[in-house]
Amino acid sequence: MKKQLLLWGGASSLILLASAVVSISMGAASLPLSQVWLILLHQLPGMSDLVAVTWPDSSEQIVMKVRFPRVILAILVGACLSLAGAGFQGVLRNPLADPFTMGVASGAAVGAAFLILFGLQFAFLGEWSTPVVAFLTGLCSLWIVLSLAKTQGKLQTETLILSGVVIQAFLGSLVSFMVSLSNQTVNEIVFWLMGSLSFRGWAFTYVLIPYVLIGVIVLVGYARSLNLFALGERQAAHLGVNVDKTKLIILLVSTLLTAAAVSISGIIGFVGLVVPHLVRMLVGPDHRILLPMSAIGGGIYVLWADTLARMLLVPTEIPLGVVTAFLGAPFFAYLLKQNKRTGRR
Amino acid sequence: MIHVRGLQKAYQDVSVLTEIDFDVKRGEFFGIIGPNGSGKSTLLKMISSVIAPDAGEITLADKPLARYTRKELARVLAVLEQEGLPPVGFRVREVLEMGRFPYQNWLGEEKDDVTPLIEEIMQLLGLVPLAERTLDQLSGGEKQRVALGKALVQKPQLLLLDEPTTYLDIGYQIQLMDIVRKWQKTTQVTVVAVLHDLNLASLYCDRILMLHKGVQIGVGTPQDMLQTDKIEAVYGTRPIVMEHPVHHLPQIMLQSRA
Repeated sequence: MKKQLLLWGGASSLILLASAVVSISMGAASLPLSQVWLILLHQLPGMSDLVAVTWPDSSEQIVMKVRFPRVILAILVGACLSLAGAGFQGVLRNPLADPFTMGVASGAAVGAAFLILFGLQFAFLGEWSTPVVAFLTGLCSLWIVLSLAKTQGKLQTETLILSGVVIQAFLGSLVSFMVSLSNQTVNEIVFWLMGSLSFRGWAFTYVLIPYVLIGVIVLVGYARSLNLFALGERQAAHLGVNVDKTKLIILLVSTLLTAAAVSISGIIGFVGLVVPHLVRMLVGPDHRILLPMSAIGGGIYVLWADTLARMLLVPTEIPLGVVTAFLGAPFFAYLLKQNKRTGRR
Repeated sequence: MIHVRGLQKAYQDVSVLTEIDFDVKRGEFFGIIGPNGSGKSTLLKMISSVIAPDAGEITLADKPLARYTRKELARVLAVLEQEGLPPVGFRVREVLEMGRFPYQNWLGEEKDDVTPLIEEIMQLLGLVPLAERTLDQLSGGEKQRVALGKALVQKPQLLLLDEPTTYLDIGYQIQLMDIVRKWQKTTQVTVVAVLHDLNLASLYCDRILMLHKGVQIGVGTPQDMLQTDKIEAVYGTRPIVMEHPVHHLPQIMLQSRA
């Protein structure tokens, strides 16, 4: 297991690093890859003396002030959403569960849109206020979805997705209503909603880092419990898992991760659905490997989606949510079909 | 090993179990039989602490059941369910290793190396050739053996079997029950089994508890419990009870009334 984790972790980290460097070099002003490497190396502690400055100051400005923070933010948002998806799928034993289909993302969006509408994004708690409010509203919608889907104490795949979609539609209309209420701030809410990582700077990155850390640590700590959940809730209970407590903690942490990502980058659909499945196909169902790999894989997926979003129609930016959904929706359809087939067996 | 006193349970005012009293001795093979809806599964779920009784008390290894945490309980008792394992992508060896969960710390580590234990159990159950296969590639009988293996890896003092042979053909039924008995001989584990098949119950159980509509009809040896009149009163059909020519235990034969 440990060998496998090191192997996959090492390989995927290398891909992530290479993707980040390639993405940074791409843009309106294209920078040579070697220059990007040197600029990044130069920033490492103790390396500034070893690496001679051979690049114009403007390049360093572009890399450090514009592209690097954006790349890091993309990776963190991807990691949050994909971890949340893996958590939801694992604990609900439902391959179609993710922050988006569970209505959590839309719930978080309602809270965030409300703050934007009234210009309260930075009231009360500064940078932290949007994530906190988004977490609370996301939690509310999760609770509503779960209690709607519960029939005689059992959660069924079809009802769960159905109630998720219904709640999501309702909350979506609520957000649209808020958009139409405000004339001045329309563009801000709409653009935020469709998902974007532009002009975020470092402050948002610092807000996300603790969420990702908490998420990874807690979820990986529960990885073995999630493996037992895969055998069924009663099996897990007989093996010594406190089922209710575990479920609650994993749902809370997954919602927290979703809210953090949504409050910073709007609704970016399908990442939480697609990435854990792709990772599962590669590394198998063991959550001890699946969870960390989902975090890294989600980072790579959103990083490339964001690179496409800013590169495809230069100088216009495509909303990030459009790109991820464009790739993710066909995959969702494919999964739905697979799921039906296995269900019939 | 187990003391059950004055157990009662009702679902929405409908009584499921009333006045259940029995003891199971250490190392005993104890059977629970009764027709559909007699409350035997409910009784087993209460012993495994999945549902709580309305009244009465269960004591397990000299400690009230209610005072166990889930993890402590998983070190004392293991359960083999009738449905078996779902077709997931875990390998047989990985599933067996999951049986060690109640003994692991939060990092998933344990003091002693458990590989020899897992190897021994895979040998006993004939799972060695299947070790690297995933559950979704196994037949129902094979999966049930893996589930039993996982329960044995837990090293329980008490093994609960919930109609473990329901979905198995006769070959696998005998194989599974023989494995349990063999394991019992070497480890002195106590076995409590809900069984549908009265003939299997007679062959394997030291004593049998008979339930009917939530009421305890009696506890006794297979010879005491598997009598024509008792079975007719409980199951509503009159069988012929004969002695097994080899094992000298009662076996029943059904007779058609049409």
